[in-house]
Amino acid sequence: MKHLLLGDEAIAQGAIDAGLSGVYAYPGTPSTEITEFIQLHEAKRKEGDAIFCRWATNEKTAMEAALGMSYMGKRALVCMKHVGMNVCADAFMNSAITGVNGGLIVLAADDPSMHSSQNEQDSRFYGKFAMIPTFEPSNQQEAYQMTQDAFALSERLHTPVLMRVTTRMAHSRAVVETSDAAPKQNAMSLPENVQHFILLPAFAKRNYAELVAAQADFTKDAETAGHNVYTRGSNPKQAIIACGIGYNYLMENYQQEMGRSILKITQYPLPIALINQMVKDGAEEILVIEEGQPVVEELIRGLVPSTIAIKGRLNGALPRMGELSPDCVRLALGLEALPTREADNLIVSRPPALCQGCGHRDMYAALNEVAREYKSPRIFGDIGCYTLGALSPFHALHATVEMGASITMAKGAADAGQHPAIAVIGDSTFTHSGMTGLLDCVNSHANVVVVISDNLTTGMTGGQDSAGTGRLEQICYGLGVEKEHVRVVVPLPKNMEEIKQALREEIDYNGTSVVITRRECLQTLKRHLKEQKK
Amino acid sequence: MNKNIILAGVGGQGILSIATVIGEAALAENLYLKQAEVHGMSQRGGDVQSNLRLSSEPIHSDLIPKGGADLIISLEPMEALRYISYLKPDGWIVTSSIPFLNIPNYPELEEVLKHVKNFKNHVLLDVEALAKEAGAPQQAANMVLLGAAIPMLGIDHDKMIAGVQRVFARKGEAIVASNVAAVEAGYAASKQ
Repeated sequence: MKHLLLGDEAIAQGAIDAGLSGVYAYPGTPSTEITEFIQLHEAKRKEGDAIFCRWATNEKTAMEAALGMSYMGKRALVCMKHVGMNVCADAFMNSAITGVNGGLIVLAADDPSMHSSQNEQDSRFYGKFAMIPTFEPSNQQEAYQMTQDAFALSERLHTPVLMRVTTRMAHSRAVVETSDAAPKQNAMSLPENVQHFILLPAFAKRNYAELVAAQADFTKDAETAGHNVYTRGSNPKQAIIACGIGYNYLMENYQQEMGRSILKITQYPLPIALINQMVKDGAEEILVIEEGQPVVEELIRGLVPSTIAIKGRLNGALPRMGELSPDCVRLALGLEALPTREADNLIVSRPPALCQGCGHRDMYAALNEVAREYKSPRIFGDIGCYTLGALSPFHALHATVEMGASITMAKGAADAGQHPAIAVIGDSTFTHSGMTGLLDCVNSHANVVVVISDNLTTGMTGGQDSAGTGRLEQICYGLGVEKEHVRVVVPLPKNMEEIKQALREEIDYNGTSVVITRRECLQTLKRHLKEQKK
Repeated sequence: MNKNIILAGVGGQGILSIATVIGEAALAENLYLKQAEVHGMSQRGGDVQSNLRLSSEPIHSDLIPKGGADLIISLEPMEALRYISYLKPDGWIVTSSIPFLNIPNYPELEEVLKHVKNFKNHVLLDVEALAKEAGAPQQAANMVLLGAAIPMLGIDHDKMIAGVQRVFARKGEAIVASNVAAVEAGYAASKQ
């Protein structure tokens, strides 16, 4: 059947058709739609086996649960945005040492140009770091097919497979031809050798030696599986390596008469035999076109003779930062830019903003007024819609780094003598990575106020379930915050005085306190009202 | 056949529904299609755009090159101007004339409209008024704009209408009828 699918949806459909038993994920742009597609599939499913698809609390719990599913012989998929890889890195790195039983794919969606992220780290480094095969499809059809290939490879070579996509693949639609065959899940089965999953040093050393030995198999597969394709050109002195969607920008501009030798890479480790062939064919110059950081550009320097000129992001042939475009690749190929118009100088920027009537707005309005009553307040923000509180009109935040850092940075600041030290964190981010930091605060009686701006959802990624909804107070009590210092208010303009008073009292209390400002996200409220009408 | 279309607007205005209808009609024509969308943070009232590429040949890049767009369809006049570096020298701008005012420093509207009119190939329409005249709700203003763009899309009018009917079919006959009316109103206004 032919379907118009986002790259993310093509991966989801590929996983379903490959007999997926469980998807484990925390929402994060640009990866969210994979899990949502599988959830929708489950909601409509009338026959066949169930697929577990409930959101996980964070990427680490997701990765570990997926490893457990794999341990039992079934196929599992873990999805996250690139920075989620940092959260699950412990489990991820060690899954390379345990190996897998059922097929296991770790999907990382990178966001070069930081459309919706705080950095542009390239997840292919993680693939190399963990020494496991890494796939990087160049289009939606490949994404569908390679997801199935990755499961097969994972089971054949007993290794997790990292699959890396970037924003323009994840969030671009194209027609994908899918299989009509009913998916078949693996039956439950135990690993042949349970010691593989017991990472005591004595066993881990043996596993690691096996992983090192397997590198030759991984390279062989990258050379022969057909995902990496080398084509000798009529002018083989000038060669090109194009990775993932970099290949599309190459072909968008490529003219047959250029006669370049082209190596298309969508599977790692690097296909050394194909690169050697390119050199043997007389390459004097290699242009590396890759989305993200100059991973391949650096690696091939150790593989080809130093007389070969290597061009790419490091020598300025392509921009050092940001995502590729058909335009920058065109210039790197030595072609003239298309005729274009100057930008219109009338245009002003239109930054994203919190919705009108959003509860985060009322929270910031109150917090800003109270903060002004103190000489030098510091407010540490976190990751979510409410990060927009750093911008106009609130300018409320003094730091925003990564998931959960608001609480622990406020704690560190308080440890250093700062008062008031205030953290602002959303409900979903709190359960993702804030709870352990709050326990640190309680244990050292840190003088911080943690504002949990609870909109009962994971808002910024489109309103997914939030892991702690309905239990935030209990979680705070359980972590040891004193009952009278867990305050709950409703962020509405009419409650402004009450919210301010609660904040003031908790700032003046010398210890750890939590102020929960709770009102449903307007976007999910609209959706829920619509669903009720039906 | 080869058309590169930039759909522009402000988060929440409904540019993706325009893309959905064009996509539906293009698939029925067996055309190749790629459509890059913006999700995530920028959807919150910020500027949004989608690159829609249609072709009878396979399409490589998900993004339209600068100077490669045949058409900018915009639900907001300043947002139309944001992407003119992508427009071909003889490309078209089809835009709503109604500003979306959620920023304090929005330029003089007269100036914005003048800049749009400076383009030889432009269609500037009060899509909300046209939707109202056609008896369609305000949410159908994007369909008026779609109708206005039909002459430049390279897909027949009747096939686009059939696309609208298929996309809205599950919402009932009344919704289909009002959206078709909105498309027809835009089409008629554009032809004038």
